Amino acid sequence: MNTARHPARRGTVYGTLLNHRDALAALGNAVNEPPYKAAPKAPILYIKPRNTWIDAGQPIVVPAGVDAVEIGATLGLVIGRPACRVSEADALSFVAGYVIVNDVSVPHESYYRPSLRFKARDTFCPIGPFVARVRVGSPDALGIVVAIDGETVHRANTAGLIRSTARLIAEVSEFMTLATGDVLSVGVAAGAPRARAGQRVSIAIDGLGRLDNPLISEGALA
Amino acid sequence: MTSPAMKRTARVAFGGAIHEAVEHTEGVQLTDGRVLPETEVVWLPPFEVGTIIALGINYADHAKELAKELTMSAKDEPLAFLKAPNSLIGHRGSTRRPIDATFMHYECELAVIIGKTAKNVARGDAMGFVAGYTVANDYAIRDYLENWYRPNLRVKNRDGCTVLGPWFVPAAVVADPHALDLRTFVNGKITQSGNTRDLINDVPALIEYLSSFMTLSPGDVILTGTPEGVVNVNPGDEVITEIDGIGRLVNTIVGDDAFGR
Repeated sequence: MNTARHPARRGTVYGTLLNHRDALAALGNAVNEPPYKAAPKAPILYIKPRNTWIDAGQPIVVPAGVDAVEIGATLGLVIGRPACRVSEADALSFVAGYVIVNDVSVPHESYYRPSLRFKARDTFCPIGPFVARVRVGSPDALGIVVAIDGETVHRANTAGLIRSTARLIAEVSEFMTLATGDVLSVGVAAGAPRARAGQRVSIAIDGLGRLDNPLISEGALA
Repeated sequence: MTSPAMKRTARVAFGGAIHEAVEHTEGVQLTDGRVLPETEVVWLPPFEVGTIIALGINYADHAKELAKELTMSAKDEPLAFLKAPNSLIGHRGSTRRPIDATFMHYECELAVIIGKTAKNVARGDAMGFVAGYTVANDYAIRDYLENWYRPNLRVKNRDGCTVLGPWFVPAAVVADPHALDLRTFVNGKITQSGNTRDLINDVPALIEYLSSFMTLSPGDVILTGTPEGVVNVNPGDEVITEIDGIGRLVNTIVGDDAFGR
């Protein structure tokens, strides 16, 4: 099977909550206290709907009244064929390739039941160019660098994932089918940087190139 | 004589093709003229579905019903979450109940389908962005509930757990979407009833709220929430969710065996 091409159509873009060891550790014992009462057991996913999707170069719109937005740099796994109940050993064969995902959020404290206003806003999911799986090494050892106005502000590595990419696909596909063209982003590391209107954010992932987007204020759209 | 634009429409599979169909006294009529009993066709969700937005706790009585497990009361901002197309099935489909589930329940909901691009829509204009309505049965399996990004997708976004149909009902034929009785029958016995007049956030409020931060597009659908009366369902149960003037949506619960598990 040819996995070198991007699927004809983008499906659903999923984000994964707290799948970096350092991101979970940063919450400390709060994970055991109300309202959470326990650390996540199964993968906790959320959806970045189609109104959030933009390409490289298009502006991220910072809402009025928000000082800075959080830049969630992460690796997106582009599904190449339907994945239902796949084993960890087979999981990567369901991946056509990779994209850089900038999972933008309005900063928020609680992960209990955050409002869609924080993550589902227009322009809040820049998605970078597609690179076929066969052209990238292990997806579990990719460095991620975030720069704002050319200055490196954050470094992470997919080696820090709690569930490896293959493990994540296996566990997700146990309770829902991933479709061709779906993008499963693997989770954001601790200490996600923030950026303001007027700045330019750039995310680089080893082997995938860069995803650059300017930020503008909502008022600038009027 | 009803004009075509006023008819309830469906999307069905029959004879190796997917068809547009309209309601007929003997079942459905395909665009090519064939009339078929409703049991002879495979029913698909009745429109091309875009972003799926669902409301939690949008009827006051249901909020009370779930009060035990909520750490907050119903508050001003609507509790909205998103779902994906893997969850969709049409009328007369089957939904799997996993063997380890102890509490799987239906939710009868009015589904509002967006007809034109909506951004920063004022409440007074909101109804003009509605293309039509259908019935949704939005299943949840509460065993899998975790207190992170509630309701987590393992509870609410399972394959085949969002039933839509049978009909796309044009907005023009629904005089008042906020005066519709809705009810659920399990094996013929009524288990849930309510009226859309009791929505905490009504349709214009939801469109105004959502469009204030996300652009809604044609085909996007808002599942407006469910009233009290959710009970556990088991393999073999026939679950009918019904809204007066909108439709009567049939679904059957099956076990893991039907899926070769």
